[in-house]
Amino acid sequence: MTTAVYLWQVGVCLVATGLAPLFAGWVGQCRAMLQNRAAPPVWQPYRMLRKLFHKEATLATDASWLFRSAPYVVFAVMVLAAAIIPSLTTQLPVARVADAIALVGLFATARVFMALAAMDIGTAFGTLGARREMMMGFLTEPALLMVLFNAFLMAGTTALPAIVQSTLTPSHAMLHPSLAFAAVAFVMVLLAENARLPIDNPSTHLELTMIHEAMVLEYSARHLALMEWASWLKLFNYACIGFTLFMPWGIATQSVSVGGMAFALLALVAKLLVAGSALALFETTSAKLRLFRAPEFLTMAFLLAVLGLLVHLLLEG
Amino acid sequence: MNELAAASPTVTAALGLVLAWLLVGGLGLVRPNKTGWIAHVLFPLGAVIALGVAAIGTTTWLPAFVTQQMVLPLGLPDLPFHVRLDALSGFFLVLLGVAGTGISIFSAGYFRAGEGTAPGLLCLQYHVFLASMAMVTLADDAYLFMVAWETMALSSYFLVTTQHRLPEIRRAGFLYLLMAHVGALGILLCFGVLHGGSWSMTFDAMRAGTLTPFWMSMAFLLALFGFGAKAGLVPLHVWLPEAHPAAPSPVSAMMSGLMLKTAIYGLLRVGLDVLPIGPWWWGTLTLALGLGTALYGVVFAAVQTDMKRLLAYSSIENIGLIMAGIGLVLICRCFDMHVLAALALAAVLIHSFNHALFKSLLFLATGSVMHATGERSLGKLGGLIRRMPWVAAFALVGALAIAGLPPLNGFISEWLLLQAFLQTPHIPHAFLNMIVPLGAAVVSLAAALAGYVMVKFYGVIFLGQHRENTLVTAHDASGLERIGLAWLALVCILIGAFPQIALDAVGHVTQLLVGAAAQRGPSWWWITPVATHQVSYSGLWFWMGLLVVTGVTFIFVRRFYRGRVRRTAAWDCGYPWQTPRMQDSAEGFGQPIRHLFGPIFKIERELPRPSDAAPRYRIQIDDRVWLACYQPLGRVLQRVTENLAVLQGGRLAVYLLYSFLTLIVLLVCVL
Repeated sequence: MTTAVYLWQVGVCLVATGLAPLFAGWVGQCRAMLQNRAAPPVWQPYRMLRKLFHKEATLATDASWLFRSAPYVVFAVMVLAAAIIPSLTTQLPVARVADAIALVGLFATARVFMALAAMDIGTAFGTLGARREMMMGFLTEPALLMVLFNAFLMAGTTALPAIVQSTLTPSHAMLHPSLAFAAVAFVMVLLAENARLPIDNPSTHLELTMIHEAMVLEYSARHLALMEWASWLKLFNYACIGFTLFMPWGIATQSVSVGGMAFALLALVAKLLVAGSALALFETTSAKLRLFRAPEFLTMAFLLAVLGLLVHLLLEG
Repeated sequence: MNELAAASPTVTAALGLVLAWLLVGGLGLVRPNKTGWIAHVLFPLGAVIALGVAAIGTTTWLPAFVTQQMVLPLGLPDLPFHVRLDALSGFFLVLLGVAGTGISIFSAGYFRAGEGTAPGLLCLQYHVFLASMAMVTLADDAYLFMVAWETMALSSYFLVTTQHRLPEIRRAGFLYLLMAHVGALGILLCFGVLHGGSWSMTFDAMRAGTLTPFWMSMAFLLALFGFGAKAGLVPLHVWLPEAHPAAPSPVSAMMSGLMLKTAIYGLLRVGLDVLPIGPWWWGTLTLALGLGTALYGVVFAAVQTDMKRLLAYSSIENIGLIMAGIGLVLICRCFDMHVLAALALAAVLIHSFNHALFKSLLFLATGSVMHATGERSLGKLGGLIRRMPWVAAFALVGALAIAGLPPLNGFISEWLLLQAFLQTPHIPHAFLNMIVPLGAAVVSLAAALAGYVMVKFYGVIFLGQHRENTLVTAHDASGLERIGLAWLALVCILIGAFPQIALDAVGHVTQLLVGAAAQRGPSWWWITPVATHQVSYSGLWFWMGLLVVTGVTFIFVRRFYRGRVRRTAAWDCGYPWQTPRMQDSAEGFGQPIRHLFGPIFKIERELPRPSDAAPRYRIQIDDRVWLACYQPLGRVLQRVTENLAVLQGGRLAVYLLYSFLTLIVLLVCVL
């Protein structure tokens, strides 16, 4: 029994790691279709990974051990985060190791390592990207935590599986006004954290506007592959956090079984398809903000989440 | 003396170790300029004693331990010294011992002759400082407490002014001494209120005393003021960013890591132990001050350009978080929520411990950097990870820990604090149960900003290109320095991996002060402070998960794709001409914060004109508290004293007249 559970755990991690590029590919395809461009195939990210992994890595002369180890750390952190989020089932062991606050901490760890690696070479763009990323980070991190706090207060716990369980309990299935605030705030955080429009443009290489791209500028080959994969995993993880908080339908809550997991996987894919196209639609219809408008955007996300908290305490506290 | 000693062996041992510290300090004076003797014998001896102090503290965690008291045949006639060892003082002795060990080993390799004070004298001051902090935690009456407290203030003052030939260091030292005494006055008055007319100075008598609610609140406010001044609570924080850069790095480490914690100890002792349960506004006041301090400190830390000033402001932030936790304890205690109070108190104690570790570690690392480069300004450092790999590695642990990142120790205490905030909607008070949970928003904002500060601190010092050519010759820290740093980094990692041990250890203190302990997990590697089904965290599993996934990724990548690596010039979008000047400076990295939190700062900027041949950019950021509170106060004081100076005419006859008039007035009063 227990070994089976651990095998399932490894399986869930592999599913997340494997599906993440596909999700990114799907978002890219939707964007292209909406913008009347010829769409790249959905598996384009896999091709990119294959290409990058086969190349010879080029390192700057001054790169230190921190620069070389950061891609591994960032990637591992994202995989661990995928293990913690109950994207398919609430019955897995690793979810108990860390709660949602630790999950936010994990994302922060990845961010700090990326920023430090970006500063390591000492180029103008690297430090610029690091500074901007940390600026976004200190606003998104508390905003995300406040979004999660809304869910915590409702479920009385910070453990994500328990939050899913409580949302799926029929007696709790009513509309919570505070969750509406939290959901809007969460979408804003998701956009900012994953370098999407209107904060950052994933397809830009215009130096003055980029954030994420500026940080990974000095990476090549397998290091770049890991960094890119980690960023797709991050998007996937954020989508899964959204599902656990706001639409947990389909997640298996009973003991782990093949049928339940297959159904959960189907539900997850369906939700990802919808979420991906919604994300593409949103990105296509919005314009990039000037960099110094971005903090206002994120402050609004933070305040919305705090407002949600206040609404919860006023109405349901 | 003998029969008492037999009754309380642990206290006697603790006092023996304090004496040993004083002895080691005294031995420094025997040959004050013999550096080898002092560095290789006395400081390591001090470190061994520190370990002993920590061991004494851990005995309070044994199940068989009972609080021990003792009366010393010292002090004034009819006013002997009382000492006492209970779980609270034991915990702070462990803190003092563990962090003190690392700092002492580091100091053995750090202090050199020819830097201001003679090494022998420095050794004496250093060990007197350590001994006085131990005595503060052991004191059981106000008299001994104040003696130890003042010894601590004076010895640290002399340590701060080690390089007393520089006028700015003398000025910083004076400001520190002034604030220390204003704070001490508050504490003295607090004890004056607490004895309540009984004139008995022991804490036992104060516990038994009955005060009217007004005087109780008075005593609490005085304690908050006095200990707040020592801890660096805004607006009493102004001495911290001045004194820390002035002091030698091990001294900064001791002041920030250890001395600020004695203030926390004092507040816990008076606020939770000596004083009875007070009204809820004590807690809300402390909470609000703490949250304000945390945010204020971290925002100012983000815009500093001097690495030690940056760390000083970061200490202010951490003290703010600790104070916010104490506020939460006070609130919960007054509504009889013992388990929640215990959770918040556990967060307070563990964060105090963690801060002692990682802040000492970072201050010591700046010491090594200063010895290697002679620079304190962030704008002249950079790229040291390649010249000082050891210091860089240990500093990375400290920076990640202080940024509150899992799986290190800083995360544990912030996690506990957030868990405590999460439970506050259950407070049975219609107003508090809505306002207090919002404090979590401030805590998380401060924690996230701390990450920003630490990326700046670490990135600008250790990463990137050397900003000055002279940095090429920078050398790594000496062996003893490395051992000291390694010790502190190791304890940071261990607490991160085994948080349940820390939680168990503080359980004795919370049992003593609030009558409950935070729950531990069903098995020894879990912590579940609220309830098993609600929340759990396992540092060990977290570490293992991270290491396993990183390892597997590494092996897979290496196995399938051979590690071909070519070294070449940095790409940087193809720009051919790159200089170290193109990196973000410390000012540049702080720019978003200056922009966002503009109204908090007073900014003076000097921009170059486009035609300038040698363009110069200068920015100065001032603390508004200093300008708004202290400067007017200083001016008023100056004016009053100038007017009073009229009395001091310099003529003997006039002075005699004053004495005569005073005598007449007193006689009239008496008759």
